[in-house]
Amino acid sequence: MSADPLPFWKRLLSSRGFWPITGLALLLLFDLVYTTDFFRHESSFFRLEIRDGHLYGTLIDILNQGSKGILLALGMTLVIATGGVDLSVGAVMAISGVIAALLATQTNIPFPVVIALALVATLVAGLWNGALVAYVGVQPIVATLILMVAGRGVALLFTDGQIITFTHEPLVYVGNGHFLGLPFTTTIVAVVFLALALLTRKTSLGMFIESTGDNERASGFCGLNVRAIKLLVYGFSGVCAGVAGLIATSNIKAADSSRVGENMELDAICAVVVGGTSLSGGRFTLVGSIIGAILIQTLTTTMYGLGVPPAVAPVPKALVVVAVCLLQSETFRTKVRRLFKRSST
Amino acid sequence: MNDVLLEMRGITKAFPGVKALSDVELVVGRGEVHAVMGENGAGKSTLIKVLTGVYPRDAGMVVFCGKTISPAAPIEAEALGISTVYQEVNLIPHLSVAENILLGRQPKRLGFLSWRAIRRQAEKALERLGLHLDVTQELSSYSVAIQQMAAIARALDVDARLLILDEPTSSLDEQEVDELFRVMRKLRADGLGIIFITHFLDQVYEISDRITVLRNGELVGVYDTSSLPRLTLIGKMLGKKPEEVERLESTAATAKDTTERKTVIEAQGLGRQGGIAPFDMHMCEGEVLGLAGLLGSGRTEIARLLFGIDRADAGEVRIDGQPVSLTSSRKAIARGIGFCSEDRKSEGVIPHLSVRENIILAIQASRGLLKLLSRQEQLKIVDHYIQALNIKTPGPETPMESLSGGNQQKVLLARWLAMQPRIIILDEPTRGIDVGSKAEIEKLVASLRERGMSVLFISSELEEVVRNCQRILVLRDRKKVGELAGGEIDEQRIMGLIAKNV
Repeated sequence: MSADPLPFWKRLLSSRGFWPITGLALLLLFDLVYTTDFFRHESSFFRLEIRDGHLYGTLIDILNQGSKGILLALGMTLVIATGGVDLSVGAVMAISGVIAALLATQTNIPFPVVIALALVATLVAGLWNGALVAYVGVQPIVATLILMVAGRGVALLFTDGQIITFTHEPLVYVGNGHFLGLPFTTTIVAVVFLALALLTRKTSLGMFIESTGDNERASGFCGLNVRAIKLLVYGFSGVCAGVAGLIATSNIKAADSSRVGENMELDAICAVVVGGTSLSGGRFTLVGSIIGAILIQTLTTTMYGLGVPPAVAPVPKALVVVAVCLLQSETFRTKVRRLFKRSST
Repeated sequence: MNDVLLEMRGITKAFPGVKALSDVELVVGRGEVHAVMGENGAGKSTLIKVLTGVYPRDAGMVVFCGKTISPAAPIEAEALGISTVYQEVNLIPHLSVAENILLGRQPKRLGFLSWRAIRRQAEKALERLGLHLDVTQELSSYSVAIQQMAAIARALDVDARLLILDEPTSSLDEQEVDELFRVMRKLRADGLGIIFITHFLDQVYEISDRITVLRNGELVGVYDTSSLPRLTLIGKMLGKKPEEVERLESTAATAKDTTERKTVIEAQGLGRQGGIAPFDMHMCEGEVLGLAGLLGSGRTEIARLLFGIDRADAGEVRIDGQPVSLTSSRKAIARGIGFCSEDRKSEGVIPHLSVRENIILAIQASRGLLKLLSRQEQLKIVDHYIQALNIKTPGPETPMESLSGGNQQKVLLARWLAMQPRIIILDEPTRGIDVGSKAEIEKLVASLRERGMSVLFISSELEEVVRNCQRILVLRDRKKVGELAGGEIDEQRIMGLIAKNV
């Protein structure tokens, strides 16, 4: 059993980041070809311009629009790595949005405290999910389905079913402001990513999460507090959803609890899977999930650009997602290879 | 003997690298309860699987009711009249009893299910076993014993002429076993042939007419139960000469501990209902204590109690004289106990994590979340154990799943040794691994003892227990039945204790 180094291309093909990045690259290539005006040697898709010291362009839009999806995917990655899933993130977005909008418009509480309170609420929501899964033993899908359904109801209770519009400047800045020439949302994503990356890789949390997802029983026998780990990841997912909810609410300058974050839980799960983290738990990759989320946002933006009617857009989107997932599967690749070999002989 | 129902002769079955059965025979008559006995790896379950068509046989013939048969799948065997009831009830807990009994062959009227006919037919099937139940209740609302009966009723409903019961009693209590035996006697009187697989000696003597003993995939012999002394049976299962065993039948049961070492852990009256009857034990510094007994005798149950996986409902454990509560694995680990489970795959190996992570996981878990060992510290530990235990791996970052069984076992040992526990429980540490690794693990056990660790050594292989242990607790049918120390330890004495009827 000697260390037999695989040829470079083989290692590349089986490395986890390869297929999502390839998928994203192919998609961008398509956009490049499709939107290039060959007479003017210029692609509208890749055009970047600076106005008022801020960078504008489709690529920047993708990052900005994709920020919510990325945040959800980051939290979701940790949950999925423990072998669970969090369906409630969309509803949790509504909770943070409503709390922030209410406190910002109707009280004089300092803005950082408003943000903190909104995020504490979503942390509690996440811990509720985690407690149901880890301590009560409810299956993750069912446990988080409860909050997925009830969360929006809670948010609507706060507002008596009204949509709260606001012009509160700091809150508007969260989703619409610019920082260092880029949309402020990019900074938010970067901060959350760095925080999670440090938390999981500079402490033993990452290994504990992966070990729990890979073999929960054996991990417990090693002395891991498997329940506490599960509780924690749902808490993280709640906070990530809370931040995404602030951005979504700020984007439209209104807290619309019945619409904000609608169906985003599915996009987030999709991004994680496309990014290379297995739904059965175990090894996870935060960077992969970010790439996955960007891929999905790029798809959405591309559909818009192509003029695909919104009602039809999910179909091509689904096809691309299926393709990337299949390419990642070792079994699928082996089958394809065999098929080619057979037809060539 | 009654006329022959089933005749299997010259059955041979090889798996890649292992000969699971060679030239084995099994003959079962009508109206006979026929026990098949043997230790782990003797070939009992392979033989049954060849009979029911799960595996094709490599050689040999099977004659059933006068006709040569070779079923290709269990469903074909069932159609021929050979039904199997497995150890774990193989039914659907949330369907009604009636549905479970008739699933897949429900009587229909005009293409629709006839619920009344289903109910009546299920009731009739249970009546044959002397049971009157409300068959519309969910299966899970009944006890395991009743569920077992439903499984038997289902098996019989297909006009079975041969019923195979694969360890049906391992999850039943005494009364439930009596109930099962009542049913078995009734079926025997009806002329059914029954193949009964179990590890419980008492049960074999209570119910079976004849016994086929297998060992290492070979037929040891076929015996009439009434004329086969227990001791001889155990000798045959373990591959010992009966005359050697018989000489020593009168051995004293308990012996005094002659050593004067410091006691590390002691248990008094420790027990758990359905697991192990209350027992006393103690372990000293620098001592290997063995647990000997047949499979299902309570060996693993003791390990699980000491490691806090199962909670004891009687007795107490003291470590260094202080009473301790071992109600979770984490508490046990904090007290300096390590545990290598017999079920490596589901209770030990973290398959997709690297060898490095598998080794440091327990240390890291005890250090907590924030005190992450640095990469250098990790590699220092990992490299040390890869060398010390001679773990064959391409490198510390290789995923655990790509290692061989023996090397995985060594990694799991490394995980616990790195914790430097005072007490380590090794449950079947050499099962399913190659001979070379076995020898290395035994050497390791000796060196741990020399370093003052207390080792609890559990093995199905008697020779291994005798070779490695200074003191041995002997278990039978989930009870401690004796203790041997020092010079008293030999295989015959142990077998004598296992065999002795209470």
